[in-house]
Formats: sequence, structure tokens, C-alpha cells
Amino acid sequence: MLVVVCVKQVPDTTQVQIDPVTNTLIREGVPFIVNPYDTHAVEQALRFKDRFGCRVAAISMGPPNAEATLRKALAQGVDRAVLLSDRTFGGADTLATSKVLAAAIEKLAQEEEVGVVICGKQTIDGDTAQVGPGIATRLNFSQLTLVDRVDDLDISGKKIRVSRKLEGRHEHVEAPLPVLLTVVRELNRPRYPTVAMRLDSADAQVEVWDNKVLQLDVNSIGLKGSPTWVSRIFSPERAKGEMLGDGVHDPEGAAQLLIDKMLEKDLLAL
Amino acid sequence: MMPQTAIFTTLLVASLLFFCWSVYRRFSLVLYGQPEQRLDQPGRRLAEMFLYAFAQLRVLKKPFGLNHFVIFWSFMILALANGEFLVNGVFPSVSLALLPDGVHRVLLIAFDVVSLLTLVAIALSFVRRLVVRPPHLDSLYVKGRSPEAFLILSFIALLMLAYFGLHGSLVALGTENDPAAMPISSLVGAGLAAHPSMISTVYVVSWWLHALVLFAFICFLPHSKHMHILTAIPNCYFGALTWPATQPREKFEKGAVYGVGTVERFTWKDLFDSFTCTECGRCQAACPATNTGKPLNPRQIVHAIKTNLLENSHALREGRSGTLPLIGAEGEGTNTEEAIWSCTTCGACMEACPVLIEQMPKIVKMRRHLVETESRFPEELLNLFENMEQRSNPWGIAPGERAKWVSTLPVKPFVAGETEYLLYVGCAGSFDSRAKQVTVALATVLNAAGVSWGILGKDEKCCGDSLRRLGNEYLFEKMALENVELFRERGVTKVITLCPHCLTTLKNDYRQYGLELEVVHQSELIAELIRSGRIKLDKKDGSFGRIAYHDPCYLGRHNDIFDAPRTLVQSATGSAAVEAERTGRNSFCCGAGGGRMWMEEFTGERVNHARVDELLAQKPDTICVACPYCMTMMEDGLKDKGAGQVRVKDVVEVLAEGLLRKNA
Repeated sequence: MLVVVCVKQVPDTTQVQIDPVTNTLIREGVPFIVNPYDTHAVEQALRFKDRFGCRVAAISMGPPNAEATLRKALAQGVDRAVLLSDRTFGGADTLATSKVLAAAIEKLAQEEEVGVVICGKQTIDGDTAQVGPGIATRLNFSQLTLVDRVDDLDISGKKIRVSRKLEGRHEHVEAPLPVLLTVVRELNRPRYPTVAMRLDSADAQVEVWDNKVLQLDVNSIGLKGSPTWVSRIFSPERAKGEMLGDGVHDPEGAAQLLIDKMLEKDLLAL
Repeated sequence: MMPQTAIFTTLLVASLLFFCWSVYRRFSLVLYGQPEQRLDQPGRRLAEMFLYAFAQLRVLKKPFGLNHFVIFWSFMILALANGEFLVNGVFPSVSLALLPDGVHRVLLIAFDVVSLLTLVAIALSFVRRLVVRPPHLDSLYVKGRSPEAFLILSFIALLMLAYFGLHGSLVALGTENDPAAMPISSLVGAGLAAHPSMISTVYVVSWWLHALVLFAFICFLPHSKHMHILTAIPNCYFGALTWPATQPREKFEKGAVYGVGTVERFTWKDLFDSFTCTECGRCQAACPATNTGKPLNPRQIVHAIKTNLLENSHALREGRSGTLPLIGAEGEGTNTEEAIWSCTTCGACMEACPVLIEQMPKIVKMRRHLVETESRFPEELLNLFENMEQRSNPWGIAPGERAKWVSTLPVKPFVAGETEYLLYVGCAGSFDSRAKQVTVALATVLNAAGVSWGILGKDEKCCGDSLRRLGNEYLFEKMALENVELFRERGVTKVITLCPHCLTTLKNDYRQYGLELEVVHQSELIAELIRSGRIKLDKKDGSFGRIAYHDPCYLGRHNDIFDAPRTLVQSATGSAAVEAERTGRNSFCCGAGGGRMWMEEFTGERVNHARVDELLAQKPDTICVACPYCMTMMEDGLKDKGAGQVRVKDVVEVLAEGLLRKNA
């Protein structure tokens, strides 16, 4: 059984600023990182590998330099890495992206049965959380989002049991394979690559698939296949804060006021 | 041949053969270690050996060390007497009496006096181990009151008693040829003269006792911790010629092994160190981890290496690794991971060791194995490693915010040829809100003194200190190479650092990458500016009250900077800082070095609490530091101890406020 994990290279959003004139992200000089949620997805795939001996493939859609992201997954122990890169894939929204990723997974499945696909719950640049479900829908897989614990994977019985982290509660669910999971940070602690694995991954092969390989209709992918477009990005105006209590002479009272205020505005999830 | 001579000769030859075989078996194990250059500069090495082994410089740093000094030199002098005894036992016609009378006489006086001194010293040692019982004599596996310790002390005492019995009876018999040169033996002889029937018995018993104890000693020596008699002197010769806090580089290539995961991965010198340790416990008495109830004891690290090596020796001789793990198990001969992660790399253990054993680097070598080969480390470190790799600072703050501290200050970028010094602000000075105040104070002082300086701004990167001390050498090397290239590209030659950790990394570690910089800590530069009159303070600032100074390990012990920060305090306030009980070279760590800054402290007392208590004992109004890590640890410690009225200031802040008052 093959486990496929989808990863994305994203700009380090802590370092992204918005150009006040053009209302676009200033990407220049901003380093790229692996989407943090995806690192937990990779870790879960590797845990399946450790436990059941299944093979793991990492796939990513992006420009040629997104190879670095896949190399990191290789350093952590995935068996195969495929970069989906073609000019016609560019400018894609979540719909077009999930089409390309789903097509790649179908292609992988021609060689080996795909039992589980794992994605991060969302990316930190787009924050839509739509690509994972989009892939599941296109592949007609069971769809389990926001997974924070895998209770059991039964490969021969073809089913999986997980816990989903929802607002204020957990949901324990079971689904038949093949399944797509999107995962949250609480799921695990990603492993740190050993030096030997890092050095090995530097020479490992990252396969590059373009549209000649996937053979998708160019009108259904990339910018042309994307019904959504971003008209404007802006930083929300922040209302001026107000001072609460007297923190110097009555810190406890001030803290209580703050807590009351936060409860009142429902900012504290209990 | 007389029967006595025949028996003596046989026993002597047997003892010597056993001794040689034992020594060979043990020392041959040392050769399973990895190569390391410790034979260069023989002149300097001889000088070190003289200072530490023969003059016992470190031994004498503790009051009771005098006792050891007496025993050591008595042993050296009595080696002649014992040598004579052994030769004379085989060839009865050969003795020191063949020497010119004057020389012989001096020797006889020396032997007599020194034997008495040794007896006194041994008696004191018994009292110390039985009655005084200093706690640092006990470790988990070796106790101060161990049978081995008492056996050795008894051997020495018996040798001395036998010496006096032997020579006293000779005096009484009238066959000692120069009794006037043997005051103590003569006294014993006079005592024996009252019992003429016993004299010959005392002689025979003393002679055989002396012989048998010597043989037993020879046989036992290589199997006991007393082997230090053989190893301590060469160990001082092989000691590190530069302070060994800077870890060696590793070679990153496919198939290489990183760090030390099995005992034979240590260098031969590491293994030799383990045979040299005589379990004096001085390192454990100095160690901040041991002192606060952590499972780390530097002495036990060394002991574990020895035990592991001996335990696995059979396998090693067959070309395999042994079955007793070096890391991860419980018990003697292995090190727990918690012990390995408890080290603050403060270097107090190395400073304390009388025979120049290097405990701390051994711990870092094992950390390298855990991080680089096993990928096993406390989970807090994962964030640190990722932050360092992705954002080049421990907090993971956006690198673009590095120069935010500048705000409205007149600060220029560093331009080679136009600016003299690069101020390498460092991560704490750039991102930590409290340390940023220190950076601003430093900038103000530098500007007031007219120093030509500039910064790299958002191009500055982390120096990587914590990574190296935590054993993540792979990532450290990556960052070091980036920095070396950046410094070369920008033409940096002179650097001021705010943080002692940056100081040591730029000054000592980057040298391994071929970058020779002139690096000064801010306190050094400012002390020099005061000396040369470029900073003048006439109105003394008394607002800090009584100031206690805490020596940062990486400034003091690791880089020998003790006076400069004190000069700043003295100049700004007109009075000298008060000193904690452990100060200067023997200062006690704040708990944040060696990457401990980024780790939780679950076991025992917190190191910063122990240090804060010690400083509070001096009743200070202000605690002065010269390191951003110490700043955090002291401030947190004071808060926890409910001593919030005591302030923590960097020495440069004290000076800056002194300047402000002057200009006001």
C-alpha cells in the first residue's frame, strides 16, 4: 500500500509584508519554508511506514525551486518525491490545484494501490483548507479533516479510526479506505532528520512531472482553470486598544478585568 | 643465594610481571580510541606538566590539597628509598651507602623526615574520609569511605611504619651506619633498645612487611583508581594547550559517523582521561547540574567511560562494539540521556580538575551522537533547531526585525573602510526586549566615546553558539560558513559583541573556518576607552546601591575576561562590585549556557535559583551581569524568589546611566 503525502512550499508568512500601494504580498527576499501543517502530515505518513512498512510518496505542485521542500521530506525518510511543475499549472486556485494533485495521485495509484493520502489542514499562505477536501472529492476517497490522533489503521480490513479536533470538542470517527486525512499540529511531533539522511537526500532523485505526464486539459488547470481570483489583499485596520484597570498598583484587578472582557467578547474558548 | 634473597627476588619478578601485564592490558585499551593530536609543542607541554603535575597548581587551590602535595612529594622522594630497598633485596651488596657520604646523609635525613610527614598526611586523610566526610567524595558508584580508598591509605601508612621499624631496629642493633642522619628512626631505635630481645624480630617483621606491602601495591595499582600515579603526569603533558571549550569540527560526508555513541568513538585522550581520574570529586563539587540535583555528575561521566571501556574490552579486542551501551541505559558504565542534556557547558568541571581532565567536551560529543545520528533530544529543541535553520534566531522571529532596536538612534550600517568596528548585536540584543535595552545603552556609550562602528542590520545572522554546544554540529557548520562568508564579503576585521556567547563563537570557533577576527566584548572595549580617557565619568552614580557582579561563564572562564566588567562598575559608581562566594574563575553558572537557555528544567532545584540565592547573600541592591542569558536567568530567579526589589543590570547600562548623569 502506498501512502501519499501532499506538501507545499510557502513563503514564511511571519516575514511577509503587504505592499501598501499595490496591495500585493511583497515576496522579494522572503524565504520559503515547508507549510508547517504539512510537516505533521509527513510525520504521520512516516509513522505508517515505520509501523506497517508501507511506502510513502511525497508530492508537491509548485515552481522548480519547490524541490527543496520535497528534499526535506526525503531527508525525513519518504521513499519517493514527485514535483508537479509546469507553466500551465501556474496561477491555480484551490479547484485547479486539487485537480492536478488528484491526477498525480491517480497516476501513482497505477503503480501501487493508494490507501491513504495525507495533507496539512491548510496552508499558511492561502489559509483556505480547501485543497485536501478537493482532492478527496475528485478521487472519491473518504474525507477526514482536522485529524489530531490516529487511533487505528487496519490495512487488511481497509478501515481507519481517527479523532478529529473540532471547536470545543473531539469527534471519533471511522472510515473505509482509501481515505484522505487533513491533519492539525497536535497530531504529532515531526522527526528531525539525521545527518546521514540529510546527506543521502541531497543526492536522491526528485521526479518532475509536467503536463505531458499528467495529460490534463489545459483549460481545466492553472490560471485558466481557476474560477477564483484575488482582487485585493490588505491588512485589516486595527482599532485602537483601550487601557484596562491599573496594572501598576492593582495587577490582579487589571488581569481580572482583562479576562472578563475577553470572556464577554468570546475570545476565550473554554 | 640466601633463601630470603631468593624468595624476595621471585616475588619481585612476579609482581613486576603482573604489573607490566596489567598496565599493558589497560593502556592497550586506550589505543582503541580515535586519533587526536596531543604531541605538538613539547616545550609548552613540559611546562604545563611541571606546573600542574609537579607543582600541583590546581591541587593546591583547595586547602586540603596541601595534604596531597605532601604525599605526592614524599612519594617522589621515597621512590628512591623504595628503589634502593628493591635493588638491595636482590643484590644485598648494592645500596645508597655507595654514594658519597654527604649525598647519602642528605638522603637519609630526607627519607626520615618525609616518612613522618607522610604518616601525618595519611592520618589526616583517614580523619577526612571517616570524620569530616566532604560530600563531594561520594558519587553514585564510588564512595569516599570505599574499601579501596582505605586499602591504599593503609598500604602507604604500613610502608612508613615498616620503614621506621626497619631503620629503628638497625639503629638499635648498631648496624645503621649514620644514625645521626635519621632523627625519627633513632627515636624508634632508642625505644626498641629498652627491649633487646625484640629487636631482631622487629627487624625481620618490618623488612618483610615493607617488602610484601610494596609488592601488593605494585600489583594492585593498575587495577585501582590509584592508577593516577601512572597517568596523572602524562595526562598533564597531553592536556589541551588552549582552553578546551571550543569543540572540534566534524567532517560531513556519506558513511561518516557523528559524535560519540560507543566508547571507542572517543579519542585516545578521552579514554586516557578516564584512567587518570582518581575520583577526587572536585568537578562534581563545582558542577551546577550536580549541585542542583540533576542526574549529571561530570565525575560520573568520566567514570562511566572507564567502566564502559573495561566492561566492553573483550568485544573491542575482537573488533566489535561492546554490549554495554554508553548512552541511554541506567547503572554503572553508561550515561542517561538526561545527564547528557543537563550540562550547561560552563566549564567549571574542567577548571576544577587538578589533572586537566576535559569532562565537558565529552558530553558535547555524546550530544552530537544523539542529535546527528539518533535524532533524539528534548522536544523543546525541535523548535529551536527549526527556528535557527529557517530564521537564523532562536525565537523564530522574522529576520527583517533584527534592526528594530535602532528606532531613532543614530546608527549606521557597517561599511568596510569607513567604519572601524562591526557591532555584532546578536539575537538576544536584537530580539529580546530586555536585552534590546542593553543594546541601546551600548550604542549610546559607543557614540559618546566617538567610536566608529556600524551594524549589519537585517543581514546579520545568528552565530550558532547554542547549536554547537547542543551537538547540532551539522547546522552549526552551515551557519558558521554563511557567517564567515558574510564577514569576508563585507570586509569585517574588528568586531564588538554584546553577548559572551557570540564573543566566544566569533573569536574561538570561527577560527576553525579560517576566519581570524579581532573580537572584543563590549566591556573590554569600554574598559579600554575609560583607561585611555575617551570616556570620562566624574559624577559617580550612586543610584544602583550595592552592586554584586556575576561572572558569565562564557566571558570569564571561557575567555578570561574578569577585570573589564568590574572596571565598568567601579568607574561608573566609584565603588567596587561585591563578589559572590563563588566568583571569577570559580563562578557558578546562571543555568542558561550550553543551550540550556532553550530547555525546560524539570529535575531538582533550578540552577538560577541557586545562583540568585548565592548573590542575594551579599545583600545587593543591584545584580550586574554582562551576558543576555545571565540577564534573563537572574531576572527570572529574582522574581521566583520574591526579590523583585533587586534589579538586574548589564554593566554597560550602569555605565551608560553614569554618562547620562554626567551630561545632565
